[in-house]
Amino acid sequence: MNRLARAATLALSLWALPAGAIEITEVTSPMGHTGWLVHEPSIPFASIEVVFTGGASLDTPMQSGAVSLMTSLLTEGAGDYDAQGFASALESLAGSVGFDARRDSVTMTIRALSENRDQVVDLALTALTEPHFDQISLERVRAQTVASLQRAARNPDTLAQRAFSQAGHAGHPYALAVGGTPDTVAALTLDAILDAHRAAFSRDLVYFGAAGDITAEEFGALMDRVLADLPTMQRALPDYRTFAAEPGVTVVDFDGPQASVQFGHAGIRWDDPDFMAAFVLNEIFGGGGFGSRLMRELRETRGLTYGVYTGLNSGRFGDSFGGRFSTANASVGEAIALVREQFEWLANGGITQEDLERIQTYLTGAYPLRFDGNEAIAGILASMQFNGFPLNYINVRNDLVRAVTLADIHRVAQRLAQPEALRFVVVGRPEGLE
Amino acid sequence: MFAFRRLTVVLAFLIALPGIAPAQEVFSLENGLQVVVIEDHRAPVAVSMIWYRVGGADDPAGQSGIAHYLEHLMFKATETLEAGEFDRIVEANGGQHNAFTSWDYTAYHQRVAADRLEQMLAMEADRMVNLRLDLSDWLPEREVILRERGQTLESNPDRGFGEQMRAALFQNHPYGRPIIGWRHEIEQLTGDIATAFYRVHYAPNNAILVVAGDVDPAEVRAMAERHFGPIPAADTPPRLRPTEPPHYAERRVIMRDARVGQPYVNRLYLAPIRESGNQRQAAAFQVLGAILGGSQTSVLDRRLTYDERLAISVWAGYSGLAVDHGTFTLGIMPVEGVSLQAAEDAMDRVLAEFIETGVDAAQLERVRMQIRAESIYERDDTAARARSIGAVMAVGLTPEDEADWLRTLAEITPDEIVEAARLLDRRASVTGWLMGESQ
Repeated sequence: MNRLARAATLALSLWALPAGAIEITEVTSPMGHTGWLVHEPSIPFASIEVVFTGGASLDTPMQSGAVSLMTSLLTEGAGDYDAQGFASALESLAGSVGFDARRDSVTMTIRALSENRDQVVDLALTALTEPHFDQISLERVRAQTVASLQRAARNPDTLAQRAFSQAGHAGHPYALAVGGTPDTVAALTLDAILDAHRAAFSRDLVYFGAAGDITAEEFGALMDRVLADLPTMQRALPDYRTFAAEPGVTVVDFDGPQASVQFGHAGIRWDDPDFMAAFVLNEIFGGGGFGSRLMRELRETRGLTYGVYTGLNSGRFGDSFGGRFSTANASVGEAIALVREQFEWLANGGITQEDLERIQTYLTGAYPLRFDGNEAIAGILASMQFNGFPLNYINVRNDLVRAVTLADIHRVAQRLAQPEALRFVVVGRPEGLE
Repeated sequence: MFAFRRLTVVLAFLIALPGIAPAQEVFSLENGLQVVVIEDHRAPVAVSMIWYRVGGADDPAGQSGIAHYLEHLMFKATETLEAGEFDRIVEANGGQHNAFTSWDYTAYHQRVAADRLEQMLAMEADRMVNLRLDLSDWLPEREVILRERGQTLESNPDRGFGEQMRAALFQNHPYGRPIIGWRHEIEQLTGDIATAFYRVHYAPNNAILVVAGDVDPAEVRAMAERHFGPIPAADTPPRLRPTEPPHYAERRVIMRDARVGQPYVNRLYLAPIRESGNQRQAAAFQVLGAILGGSQTSVLDRRLTYDERLAISVWAGYSGLAVDHGTFTLGIMPVEGVSLQAAEDAMDRVLAEFIETGVDAAQLERVRMQIRAESIYERDDTAARARSIGAVMAVGLTPEDEADWLRTLAEITPDEIVEAARLLDRRASVTGWLMGESQ
C-alpha cells in the first residue's frame, strides 16, 4: 500500500481556535502533490477547493472574457453527458461542482456527501478534462453572459470601477473586466474557448484545500486524479504592473439618480514586507467596519453616502489602493474634497495609537470567525497556499497583526497615501466640481 | 427581500466547524420575551440575534420606511451609550454585527467570541428601551437612507421594477410598499416619528432572542433574565394589517428604462403562506417552484432554455414565510429576436402542459434527494439555523413547524404539486414587462 498517500509530517492545531477544534494536515499524494486538509468526519460530507493560477489575467485584450466564458461552459456537456444529463447526474447525487473565473485564478469547488463522493468527483473531473464545448452550448451560454454584461454595463458602480481600472492599468490584463465586454464575448470562437481551457488549467501552480469527511488518502488520490491529464503551463503569466494614472477627476456622463465615484492610486505588492501594516492601516481608514475613518466622516457625520470603503487591491500581477462611494450628484464636489482631506490626514500621521489598538483587537478577535464551515475552510486552505503562506500562518497571523506598531503605520502611510496622486472617476452628472 | 443597514452584508456569520447537529432549547421570560438557544460547541463563538415582530408592513400610512429608518437609528445614542459606541464596543471585542428589516420583522445580530456574549445581550437590552434620538443623529441618518435608496434601488432598474410589481400586486395590504419606503415619505420622517414607532413596537413581549453557538442554555437563560428580565412587557397592539380582498382582474406593468440591458417578463401571483400546524400546501408550492424553475433540469429550463432555445433564462419560486400573504414568481428572459409577448406565451404554454402531463417521477426523485441532503448540509451552518428559526418565529410559526418543514417537503406528492400549479390564478397576479426605452 505504499502507493497510498501518506499524511505528511506537519500537522498544526489552530491556537486561535479552541484546542483540538481544527487541525490542518499537509497531505502529500502518491505522485508527490501536496494539499492542505482539515479532516473532520462528524458530518458526512466534504468540501474541496482547487485553485489554478492565472484566471482572467490570461485573457488577451481581443479575447477578453474567454477564460470566464470557458469556465461557464465546463458543466454544459462533458464526457458521456450532454448539458441536461450532466446536471441531472449531479442533482441525483445532491452534490455540487462549480468553476469560477477570477482576476488571478480559476477555482474548482466540489461539495459531496460521503455516500457518493467518488461519483461527484468523477463528474467534476469529466467537466474539467472532457468538456464538449459544442456550438449550441456556446451560443446559449454566450447569450446569458452577454445579457449579464449588458446589465453590468449600465450600472454606475461597475462603470466607475471599469473606467478606473482602464485609467491605471492600460495595456495590462488588469485593465480588462474578468467577464469581458459584450463585444469581446460576442466575438469569441470555439477555438478561443479551447485555447482558454488549455491556458487556464495546467498542472503548475495548482493549490488544493479540503475540509470535512475525507481522509488524507482519499484527498491524495483526488489530487493525483485532478492533475493527471493536465498539461504544463501553456501561456506566460502577465508581468507585474502597479496602478499608474494621471491624477485628477474624470467624469463619465450617466443619467441616474446619483453618482458613483471610484478613487485611488498605486498600492502595495502582496508580498511586500509592509503588507500587513498596510492591511491594518486600510482597516482603520476605510475597511469593512462602521467605525472606519471614512465612514465616520462621510456617512455618520454628514450623511453623504450609504457607504464608503477602501481596499488594498493587491493582486498577483498588479496593485492599487483606493475605494468607492455613491452620493447625490449635488454632493459629489463636497465628498471628493472630503476624501482628499482624509488622504491628507492619513499621509500626515493622523492615525493614533488608540485607533491602532482598537483595530488590532477587532482584527484578532474577528479572525477565527472566518472559519465557518467546510466550504469556507477548504477555500481558506487553498488560498493560503496560493498566497504563499506557511502551514503555521493561522497560528501566527494574529501575532503579526499585534506586532504592527504606530511607527510602522506612519511609515507605510507616508509611502502609501498620496493625496496629490489621487485619481477620481465619477459616473453621473456631478455638481460642485472645480 | 431585505433592506440592510450596510450594503456589503455577509449573512453567514457563525463559525461552524464540522461537528454534531445542534441541540435546541426554547423558553420564555415572564415579560414575554421568547428565547431560543441552539448549542454548537465546535468553536468558541456565539451569535446573538434579536428579532422584533415589526417590519415595513407595520409602517403607519404615510410613513413608509419608518421601521427601516428606526433600524438604522438603533445604532445611535441611548441613555447609557453615545452614538457610535455600540459599533465601537462590538468591533473592539472583535465582533461583527449588522441589522436588517423585512416586511414582517426587524432583526439585529452580533457574532462574537462566546465569552463576550453577555456584553452583547446587555447592550441589546439597553437599546430595547433606552434609545435617545438627537437631531444631530437622526437628520444625517435620513440622508444616509435617501442615499441608500438612490444607490441600491433607484440605480437598479430590476429593483425599481420589483417595487412597481409589488405595488401593483397588493391592492390593499402594505406588502405593496417598499421596505425602505417611498422617497417622498422618507423625506418627511423625523426622530419624533421614529421614537413614537419605537415606543409602540419595541418591547420584550414583541421580540425573540436567538442565541446560537458555544453557549450553555442555563447560562443564556440567566443572562437573559439579568438583562431583559427587568424590562416590563408593553401593551403592544396586535398585528392587524389591511389584508387583500378577492382579486378579480389580472394586472400588467410595463416599465421602460434606458438602463435595461435585456428585457424580460416577470409574473407575481398571490400565494398561501406557511401556516402553523398546516404547512402542507405551502410545501407543495415550494416543491412546485423547484420543479418548474429551481435548476437547470427544471421544466421551464429544459423546455425553454435548452430544447426550444427561446429563453436566456427562466425562473420560478415560492415565498411563503410571511404573516399575511405569500407570493409565487414565474419569469422568462427571452433570447434576441423573441418578443416579450412570445416569451410570456411560451411560459404560459409550458405551465399549462405541465398541469396536463404532471410531474416527471425522475425529476421529483432528484428534488427529494436534494431535500434529504439539505438535512445533512445544514448541520454545517448553525448561523443559517439561527436565522431560519428567528424568521419562522417572527412570522408566527413555531419551532415545531420549522422542524417539520424538510420532512413535509419530502412527502409532497405529484398530485399536490399539480394542484398547487392549478391554484396559480391569473386574476390574482401581476405580469410585468421590463424593457429598454426603444424596445
